[in-house]
Amino acid sequence: MQHSTTYIVGFSLVVCVVCALFVASAEVSLRPLKERNILMDRQKNILALAGLMTMGEKMSAEEIANRFEQSIRPRVIDLATGEGNTTLDPNTFDQRSAARDPASSKPAPANPSKVLRIPNQALIYEVMDQGKLSSIIIPIQGYGLWSVLYGYLALSPDTRTILGITYYDQKETAGLGGEVDNPNWKAKWVGRKAFDERGRVKITVRKGPAGPPDQDPYQVDGLSGATITSRGVTNMLHFWLGQEGFGPYLARLRGATGA
Amino acid sequence: MASSNREILLDPLINNNPIALQVLGLCSALAVTTKMSTAFVMSLAVIAVTALSNTAISLIRNLVPPSIRIIVQLTIIASLVIITDQVLQAFVFDISKQLTVFVGLIITNCIIMGRAEAFAMQNPPGPSFIDGVGNGLGYGLVLMAVAFIRELFGSGKVFGLTVLPLVTEGGWYQPNGLMLLAPAAFFLIGCFIWAVRSWKPEQVEEDFHVGALLEPGHEGSLR
Repeated sequence: MQHSTTYIVGFSLVVCVVCALFVASAEVSLRPLKERNILMDRQKNILALAGLMTMGEKMSAEEIANRFEQSIRPRVIDLATGEGNTTLDPNTFDQRSAARDPASSKPAPANPSKVLRIPNQALIYEVMDQGKLSSIIIPIQGYGLWSVLYGYLALSPDTRTILGITYYDQKETAGLGGEVDNPNWKAKWVGRKAFDERGRVKITVRKGPAGPPDQDPYQVDGLSGATITSRGVTNMLHFWLGQEGFGPYLARLRGATGA
Repeated sequence: MASSNREILLDPLINNNPIALQVLGLCSALAVTTKMSTAFVMSLAVIAVTALSNTAISLIRNLVPPSIRIIVQLTIIASLVIITDQVLQAFVFDISKQLTVFVGLIITNCIIMGRAEAFAMQNPPGPSFIDGVGNGLGYGLVLMAVAFIRELFGSGKVFGLTVLPLVTEGGWYQPNGLMLLAPAAFFLIGCFIWAVRSWKPEQVEEDFHVGALLEPGHEGSLR
């Protein structure tokens, strides 16, 4: 069967338009659901880090939102000074897009975490327990082996003690570097010290096992078979806890609590 | 008709399995089979895509100009894959997070194009739909079998429930790390193909050597 060129062009046009219609309507109709899922996933990670739920615990969307609202206070801070920023709304502030926009970010100095731009403002979470600050949760990100790992680090109000770490977005090798998601590994962080007495960042993921937190406060077990991912975790902590990252904010907090 | 429909559905499970006999769709079979839950969702996604793409392509099979049929098939398959990905992100977010790029890579899964070209272009929509489901099931069957072995021996679990308590969690089972790496899937699929062909020797290809083609009297020889 021979077809004219007009028929062929017309046929491809019709196929494209019909397919595009289907794809577009799926995207538009499912977008609210997807956005809710992403938000919920982030909130679940933060709640788990704050010790307010266990990962894998089944909770309805409302419960998660309620619990989050009750005890977690999002705040936008100016990274350079460490002061709170009152002009930006923490509920709509998006740190990742702020870091991409030249108007709200600056180029980062060369660093092993391959962070390219530092946002002027960052979104942190303060966890409140009966009106008192019980922990602070800061966002961290950095390169591992294959991908940028995005996560959160929870520190106690004295800013030295680590209360937990979590990654909500990473594409490391499942079973090796992907073990940054393993609850058992994450549990090994609790109680370690991020800074030494003189306020220098000291926490390191070592190769092989580390001792218990009270004897070996600055080291965490390496992930076996994932040396580069482990090193990436160390690098990003040093970057984000340092002067370019949350150093000024944490110093301010230390001054305020007298710790 | 009823019995032939049954054949179309069941044939790809063992007799004409897309992975074991046609050796198609291996790439994703290596990637998503470290856990049963991801393998399961991936299987469902592939079944949906093969069934729908076969149906859609069969519906327009008499209208498609042969010169552009491959790109038309690809357009339809790609659209279906994007829609499937969106649906997974909306309804099973956690699992879609683990499947990452592999849902998108269903587009390049040779099973789907293979069935569109080999079956849907020649048959009416009904049987094409059944053929799509059958081939998706055949793919899913291998995926689930491989994922079962990999998850059980690699992390001591079945569908995320601990069966063999790991040493690292205070149990006795030292997991086999190789199972979590892609080569393990290669070995397992190889064993699977071996097992199926020992059971059904008619699947074994004839020995192929150039000498045979040059022998006088050989049909389809190179002479």
